[in-house]
Amino acid sequence: MTSHQTRNRICYAVFSLLIIVAGYTIENPYYIQVLTFIGINTLLALGLNMLMGYAGQISLGHAAFYGIGAYGTAILTVHYNLSPWMALPAAIASAMIVAYIVGIPTLKLSGYYLGMGTLGFGMIVNILFREWSSVTGGASGFIGIPTLELGPISFSSGRNYFYLVWGFVLTSFIVCQRIIDSRIGRALRAIHDGEKAASAVGVDTRKLKLQVFILSAAFSALAGFLYAHLIFFISPGTFSFIASIRMVTMVVIGGMASIWGSLLGASLLTLLPEWLHAFSEFEMVVYGLILMIVMIFLPRGLTRGLLDIYERAVKKNDR
Amino acid sequence: MQEILQYLFSGITNGAIYAVIAIGFSMLYNSTELINFAHGEFVMLGSLCMVTFFGSMHLPLVPAIILTITCVALAGLVFERLAIRSVKHPEPIVLIIITVGASIFLRGIGMIIWGKDAYSIPSFSSHPPLDIAGAKLLSQSIWIIAIFLVAAVGLQLFYKKTLTGKAMEANAISKRAAWIVGIPSKLMVMMAFGLSTAMGGLAGVIIAPITMSSYDMGTMLGLKGFCAAMLGGLGSLWGALIGGFLLGILEALGVGFVSSGLKDATAFLLLLFILYVRPGGIISSADVNRF
Amino acid sequence: MLLVKRYRSMMMILSVLAIACLLVASPAISASGKKPYKIGGIFAVTGPASFLGDPEKKSMEMVVDQINAKGGIDGHMLEAVIYDTEGDPSKAVMGVSKLINKDNVIAIIGPSRTPTTLAVMPMIQKAKIPFISCAAGNKIVQPIDPWVFKTAQSDILAVAAIYENLKSKNIKKIGIISVNNAFGESGKEQLLSQAPAFGLAVSKSETYGAKDTDMTAQLTKIRQDNPEAIVCWGTNPGPAVLAKNIQQLGLDIPLYQSHGVASPKFIELAGSAAEGIMLPTGKILVAALLPDSDPQKEVLNAYTSEYEKKYKSSVSGFGGYAYDAVKILAAALKNSNGDKEKIREALENTNGYVGVSGIFNFSKTDHNGLSPEAFVMVKIQDSTWKLLQ
Repeated sequence: MTSHQTRNRICYAVFSLLIIVAGYTIENPYYIQVLTFIGINTLLALGLNMLMGYAGQISLGHAAFYGIGAYGTAILTVHYNLSPWMALPAAIASAMIVAYIVGIPTLKLSGYYLGMGTLGFGMIVNILFREWSSVTGGASGFIGIPTLELGPISFSSGRNYFYLVWGFVLTSFIVCQRIIDSRIGRALRAIHDGEKAASAVGVDTRKLKLQVFILSAAFSALAGFLYAHLIFFISPGTFSFIASIRMVTMVVIGGMASIWGSLLGASLLTLLPEWLHAFSEFEMVVYGLILMIVMIFLPRGLTRGLLDIYERAVKKNDR
Repeated sequence: MQEILQYLFSGITNGAIYAVIAIGFSMLYNSTELINFAHGEFVMLGSLCMVTFFGSMHLPLVPAIILTITCVALAGLVFERLAIRSVKHPEPIVLIIITVGASIFLRGIGMIIWGKDAYSIPSFSSHPPLDIAGAKLLSQSIWIIAIFLVAAVGLQLFYKKTLTGKAMEANAISKRAAWIVGIPSKLMVMMAFGLSTAMGGLAGVIIAPITMSSYDMGTMLGLKGFCAAMLGGLGSLWGALIGGFLLGILEALGVGFVSSGLKDATAFLLLLFILYVRPGGIISSADVNRF
Repeated sequence: MLLVKRYRSMMMILSVLAIACLLVASPAISASGKKPYKIGGIFAVTGPASFLGDPEKKSMEMVVDQINAKGGIDGHMLEAVIYDTEGDPSKAVMGVSKLINKDNVIAIIGPSRTPTTLAVMPMIQKAKIPFISCAAGNKIVQPIDPWVFKTAQSDILAVAAIYENLKSKNIKKIGIISVNNAFGESGKEQLLSQAPAFGLAVSKSETYGAKDTDMTAQLTKIRQDNPEAIVCWGTNPGPAVLAKNIQQLGLDIPLYQSHGVASPKFIELAGSAAEGIMLPTGKILVAALLPDSDPQKEVLNAYTSEYEKKYKSSVSGFGGYAYDAVKILAAALKNSNGDKEKIREALENTNGYVGVSGIFNFSKTDHNGLSPEAFVMVKIQDSTWKLLQ
């Protein structure tokens, strides 16, 4: 076992301990709920980070997969009376299938063209959620999504749901870490640094990009599933273009190609509006400014940016 | 027949708007390889400035338009100087987030200055609609198309006939080569930004009389203009024109013969189609220069 | 060590942020000896539905100040805690969670829109807290949830008012155009389902986007069937664009709008195109035209003058939803001693409360409590409202 792996294990052990401690010590259901939202957003950011940070492919339409996960479970559980636990794999599978079909032509594009292609896809899916009202409930939204239950445990109370969401987050972190540390992870980074060079050394770039795209769609769909059973209500607005942009922002602010960065980005983007309430009318102005300033001064995201500052400070002290 | 003509007129009106916005995108992309996600917000600024100058302060039409466009172009220049030029590593993703941040920022500014209400201003002239074979062409539509044509021809002349225009085009073709022959590249980029946002402001000016202006009008307009620019071929002036009109007309026909609920989907379906089949846009013959 | 360092810096940031989050909470200050009653407000103060949320927030603050100036309720001052949903269901859920769990409010007023209301209702049911929504959708009170009430008139009543008017004019065929959001969709459903009962045929039902710049294409399509009237269902500014387009196309048939445009802003936006448009509205717009015998007249005049004095802007019908909600809640709070079940019961027994949006009679089977009289039909003439009989 390399020291790198040991360190990773320590990190995850500390992280899971923190989750358990947080679940036990935090009494107020409001904070539990905020943390649950952070968990869902972390899944979103993590999935997109695999695509953007590691494979270097931008997507401005990922809210579509988030929506497919949420609408998938809503339709299956309400219209077809399926158990949510049966709906989960079905919802994720449908997101993956859509990702496969869309990914083949879209991932041939790059740069802004890829951004536009995914944006267009996201918009079309959102319009479908709105217009296919006999199935999706249309613009008014979908009500009556059932509570998650597992035998005697009901996931309606905040604490149980908190553990469920963060359990998924922890598992996803470990899965992603495994992928990154594997051969595939190295191939992905090669694509990120230069697609032509990667394919020259024998990486099947098309196949790999598609696989990561599908993987990230699956994470988004999982987040959508968890969102739907947390709120019991979904409407198209939640999965709009703005939501896609928010996801990208989480990844970029938190730090691309960093698993922990996804957590940071998701936390900040979830909490930021809560603090900005104090600015009332100026909320949007401040939010926009923060985005711009972070990107101008820390273009590699907060995680890397702060780390750089820290390292520089350490160096200074050494001198 | 009369219906089809009416759909066409409706499409041309919207198409001209999309085209003006698309030109803004294209010009900027040409000179800087940057897509400004805040472009729709500059359209909003133009529209709302026009409301203030023409609607509230009752300035005459031409000074109001000139003042509005100057204000918006200035805002664009400030944005370029403060936000875009400060970026050390201009990767697409970083620039996307910065311009998205700017769009949120500008929307917030718009809300603070003009409030959350919508505004309308009177048409530039009060002619009754033109009646062509039973179909009505609004007088403002004629204004839109006329102003659009003047702007398009003006830009074409600027690029082909003036030294500055030629320098900008040279800079767009190759920054390095332009620099070697002594063209100040930074200034050119700044000018491109100013011109692009001025076109955004112009789009705002011409749509203010036909629609309602409010602080949150920019996003959808920006996206549609973006689709139009892509459709015609990003970076091409005439491509933006063709893309804009094509999008407007297809949307109107889509409403007429398919479903009005899917109107917004038209733009994005077209976008996907063109990206998959001919990513360079309709008028480009060569393969696109993707980075 | 890179990973550990990264981890450390991240945890440091997070803990700092968590502390900052706790610090934002402001402690409640009680003026009199008794603890104040905290009531929560959650409105779409910004975002696309701000035309609803903004006056609602202002109205709520206004009533609370009034009640406090008169010494509060049973000696308890009222304290309003108001959050912004931006019209976003997730934000509404967070806000309501905060109101219930952190601010410990005893009742909640809002949200402004139907989707945000539907999103927070499961939480309300679980927390068992009196809740008065300000949204129009009928799904909120049907089926009835014991804790959920609403003060905004349902679109059922608005559609009925329009259709009565159409019937009296002997109109048989109409075209519908509605905005493609929750408000328009709910209106469209009602328009389509109630049409047969009034002997109406709907020849075409089209939609438009809230930010569309031109709707002549939809109108051209509707025009093909030669309908005798057009009903438009949307909120400002879309319907004003539509009115202009109808004028420009020279369509000479009556245009009906929904109560969603019932504000002076609509006349300002549509200009000359507004002439002759008919719409159902709460009585607030035509308070001055009402006969003195109208029971609502006094309340309407009081609300209008207070609002305009305090905020220096003209009143719309939407703020009235929150105004009524707070007033009804205040009445229910009397003698309740802050007990939620007692408040709920008192709400359900509200009878004959004369409010801005109508006369409310809540009961076990009706949590909206308004009758068709809540709406009057008005016509726009000479840039002002005229009451239709």
